[in-house]
Order: sequence, then structure tokens, then C-alpha cells
Amino acid sequence: MTSRSASAAPHQHIGWLAAAPATVLLALLLIGPVLAVIVFSLTDWQIGASAARFIGLANYHELFADRVFWTAFVNTALYVAIVVPGTVGLGLVVALLIEARPSLRGFYRAAHFLPVMSTMAAMAIVWGSMLHPTIGAVNRLLAEFGIAGPNWLRDARFVLPALAMIGIWQGFGFAMVLFVAGLKAIPQSLYDAAAIDGADGIVDRLRLVTLPLLGPVTMFVLVLTATRAFEVFDTVRVLTQGGPNFASEVLLDRLYTESFDYLRTGYGAALTVVYLAVVVLLTLAQARILDRRVHYA
Amino acid sequence: MAGLSLSHIVKTHGPTPVLRGLSLDIRDGEFLTLVGPSGCGKSTLLRLIAGLDAPDSGSISIGGRVVDGLRPKERDVAMVFQSYALYPHLSAYDNIATPLRIRRLSVLQRAPLFGPLMPGRRAIEAEIRREVEQTAELLDIAPLMPRKPGQLSGGQRQRVALGRAMVRHPSVFLMDEPLSNLDAKLRVQMRAEITALHRRLRSTFVFVTHDQAEAMTMSDRVAVMMAGELIQLGTPQELYDNPQDLRVAEFIGSPKINVLPLNVLSRAATGASAAECDDVAALAFRPEAASLCAPEAGLATGTITAVENLGSDLFVHCEAPRPDGGAPIPFVVRQAPSSRRVVPGETVGIAADRTRLLRFDARGRRIAERQERAA
Repeated sequence: MTSRSASAAPHQHIGWLAAAPATVLLALLLIGPVLAVIVFSLTDWQIGASAARFIGLANYHELFADRVFWTAFVNTALYVAIVVPGTVGLGLVVALLIEARPSLRGFYRAAHFLPVMSTMAAMAIVWGSMLHPTIGAVNRLLAEFGIAGPNWLRDARFVLPALAMIGIWQGFGFAMVLFVAGLKAIPQSLYDAAAIDGADGIVDRLRLVTLPLLGPVTMFVLVLTATRAFEVFDTVRVLTQGGPNFASEVLLDRLYTESFDYLRTGYGAALTVVYLAVVVLLTLAQARILDRRVHYA
Repeated sequence: MAGLSLSHIVKTHGPTPVLRGLSLDIRDGEFLTLVGPSGCGKSTLLRLIAGLDAPDSGSISIGGRVVDGLRPKERDVAMVFQSYALYPHLSAYDNIATPLRIRRLSVLQRAPLFGPLMPGRRAIEAEIRREVEQTAELLDIAPLMPRKPGQLSGGQRQRVALGRAMVRHPSVFLMDEPLSNLDAKLRVQMRAEITALHRRLRSTFVFVTHDQAEAMTMSDRVAVMMAGELIQLGTPQELYDNPQDLRVAEFIGSPKINVLPLNVLSRAATGASAAECDDVAALAFRPEAASLCAPEAGLATGTITAVENLGSDLFVHCEAPRPDGGAPIPFVVRQAPSSRRVVPGETVGIAADRTRLLRFDARGRRIAERQERAA
């Protein structure tokens, strides 16, 4: 027994040693900053100030009483609710279409993937000019059909859907590429078996083979898209700054405004903590629900 | 129940011809095996019968009905795939029930969420349950019904795949190398089970394999295919005793038939007896038709390389050198274990039973015996 514990001890050291690089990096880059943010959120520190006062949960009290915070929260949720199904749905449909037609497959794949590769801040400016109420391409096109387009980014009713469309445009190429990879992994023999069993229509094939076997990919795409949608910031910052009248204010833009425009670092830290908590909870819930319904081969 | 008739089937994949005008009649209720080396077109042929691919030309009829252009589900065939192709997200029960559900339930009754509420669905589901359970009982897999394919062993998956094929009582069963993913012991057991199933169902079975042992043990008739052509069709015994082509002779039987190319060995070495006919290019004889004799006394002289004692049989492996210095010609001679002990390295003569000597011409075609030609 003694000899065993004696020989186990060096093994333990080696184990820790092997895990050390990852542990140090994790502590330095992830756990440390999160702890720091939590500590900041309990103070009234302003960036650059030499002293800070511990004020307990006062920042959180103020936050939850703030109407603008709740507007940003609801807007972010709405944005996610539009962008996630839109991105996943469009990505899947485009992937299915690309796979169904072998000609020009590579071209379509690359073309649809381009938005993912582009710099969103720059693309936002392009979208800004396209969505211009009088000289923008979108409203000119609508005018061709006799429709008077709204002032997309200055109208409280349209600004959030317009931003969501840009979000979908940017993200669906990524979902599409993942779905194409997933489709390639489905063995042809399953489609053959389905044809023999009588499922040779498009709907039956999708239900019996394609969608169930894309389950793991779909799960991955959903979590990823949801997380990215939650992080919406650059389009809002460049195009609307949360306006008009906070109609497009989202959590990250609020965070930026409070922390760097008003330099209220403590308050911004509290916002960050709430934001992180929401993202973590959502990811966990999603993984839970989907894991039960997803088949991993 | 239905026979199958294939006439002049041609199929090419791009520039490569896969099937070159193949014709074949399969009798009603027959167990026919398509056998041949990989790439000979046997699996392609099966897919054409199933309707998964269309031939470039030629016609297929099942049970007297021309099925060209019909979709797989309209052909009344079932197929068992090499990979089993079970739906991985469905339980064994649902896998077997799938063909019945798709055929019997309407689109609305199969719809998600409200499908189970549609009128008539309960009665049909109860009927399906009865039939699936009956099939599971027959295959001895009833306790496995709630499991997903991932939780089943290879043999169990195989049975579920058979169940899915059987449950709707098709007139023709198509099987694409269904045993090749099983281990050796299970393969032998499933051979027996599939032949028993055939006797019981009395349906037409078309079985594809590259394993000549499966073809020999399971089939009523065997069709040997090479390079997209049907070389010979016959009972296993006919193919073994009376191959019409050297490739058939070499493919059927284990250990392989002994082949003595005459163009390499000198007339003197092979003995005058061989050269009864001028166009004979090769002599072939089965290991059990061969015997050992004194050096220089038989058809060839060689060195023993290995002796395999299987208990019931003793296989003596020899090599005869080629006079032109090429790779030596291998021979296998079957002996009774009680016969004279030989050791590797010994030089022996190889003789053959003259009545069981098969003669082939330069293109590998069988040359009939003299007395047959005379008759």
C-alpha cells in the first residue's frame, strides 16, 4: 500500500505538469479576467481613476432598474430569435440546393461563404448605403415594383429586422458550409434503403434520412449561431448606435456605451457579468435540450 | 413470388463499361448467387434490378412484368445492404416498421405532431405492430426491438436489416454482400440462417458475393461474372466439376485448381498425354484429382513448399519451376492424412487423374473431351 502511494505521487506531479500550460493559459486568459470583471462590478471604479470604492450590489440594483437595459435585453433576444432560425434555415436550404446540383458547386459554395470572410464593420457601411431611404439600392429596387420602402435604419419598426437580415446574410454561409460537410457524410446506402422502403419523395427523404443524420451538425450550428447572434455589436455600432430611441439598442452596445463612452467601468462590468451569465445559461440549456434529441452515430 | 428476367443489360460508368449486354433468367423461388471478383459488375446488376440505377440499354422484368422505368418501391423488391443501411436514429422496431408505415399511412397520418391524431392511424399502427412483432419473432430478435442500431452487434443489425426486408413480403429479395461485415464464425451461421429463410419464404433470392464459399454453400444456381459478363451459370456442382472457362475454374473451389500452362512447359516435361489436342494451352485439375508420384513420372516435377494437415485432409503445396525462369507454378495436392509422410523440400512428381483433367484453349475456354465431341 505504501509503495503504491509512493509511486502514485510522482505520477500526480507529472499529470499536473502536463496540464500546466493549459491551466496557466486558462487562468490567465479566461478565469482571471472573469474574476476581475466580477470584482470591478462591485465597485464604482472609473477607467483611469486612481481610487475605487466598494459599493456592493449597487451597480446591479441600478442596472435592473434601468429601462434602457431591459430594452437592450429584449432587443437582443428578438435579434437572436430572428437570426438563429433564419441563418440555420437558409444555410440548410442553400446546402441542400448546392448538393442537389453538382454543376458549379464550388462556385456557389465560395460565393455564399464570402460574407463570412468579410470584415463586418466594413460590410456594415456598405449595407448602410444600400439601406439608405432615398438613394439606397434596396429602396430603389422596391420602387421598381411600386413599393415605397421605409427608412430602414431610422424607423423603430424596421431597424431591428433590418439588422437581423444583415446578421443572417453574414452568418448563413458558415452554416451552409457545415451543412454541406454534414450532407457529404451521409452514406448513399441510406438513401438507397429509403428508396426501397418507399421513401423517394423529397419530404420523406428529408424526414427519414437527411434531417436526422444532420442532427449533430445542426446542434453545433445552432449553438454557434446563437452565441454569435448574442454578440451582435459591430453593425449596431456602425449603423445605428442603438437608435432611433433605443429601438436597436443591444446588450453589447449598451456595455460599450457605458464602459467606454461614459467611462463607467464598474457599471459596465456589472453589465458584462449579466451578459456572460445569460450566454452561459443559454448554451447549457440548448446543449441539454438538443442532446436528448440528437442522434450521434 | 416471381421470376426475374434480364435481357441484354448494358451499363457504363463514364467511359468504363460495367455490364456488357448481360442476359440472365432467374426462376421463381430460386436462390441465385451472383459471384465474381470485385469490380465485375455484380453489385451494379443488383442495383439495376432494384431500380436504384437505370441501365443504358436492355430490359428487366420481374414476375413477367417489365419494370424498366419503375421506381424501386413499385418493383416489389427488398434489398439488404452490405452496410445494412439501418436508420441510425430509429429503434430496431421503427426500422422494420418503416417500409410498412410509408406504404400504408397517408402523408397526413405520417406528419409530425398531429399525425398520430389523424383518424385511422391507430388501427393501421396496431396492424403494423402485429406484423413487425411476427417478423421479429421469426428472426429471434424480439427482445432487441427497443434498441437503436448503435447498440446492436453486427449479427443483430444484420437480422434487423433482414427483418426490414422481409416484413412486407416482397416477391424478390436482393442481397448485396450481406455477410461480408461479419466475423468468420457468424458468417457461417448466417449462411445457414439465410438459406433456411429462403426455404421458408419460398421467394426469389438474388444474392451477391465475392466469396465463392458462400456461393457454393447457399445457392440453387450460381452465376459467375467477370469483367461485366456472365461467364457461366449453373448449379454449384456443375461449376465445380465442369467449368466452361479457366477463370471460373480458378474462381470456384478452395484450395484453387491447379493450372499447368503448356506454352511454358516443354512438351516433353508435360508428357505426351497432354498434347492430345493442338489448341490446348493449359491443363487444369482439382487438388483431389492430383496425386504425388516419383519425380519425372507425372505431369510436372516440383518441390514441396508446405504441408497443411487439416485432420480430415492433407494439402501438399508444391512449386514447379518454369523452364523460362519465370515465377514457379504452384500446385496443391490433396492426400489422405494416412498417406506417406512428405516433408517440405522434397522433390516430387505431380500426377493427375486423367478422367478429371480439364483442357482449356489459349483464350481460357474449355475444350470438350474427345469422347464428348465424338458423341
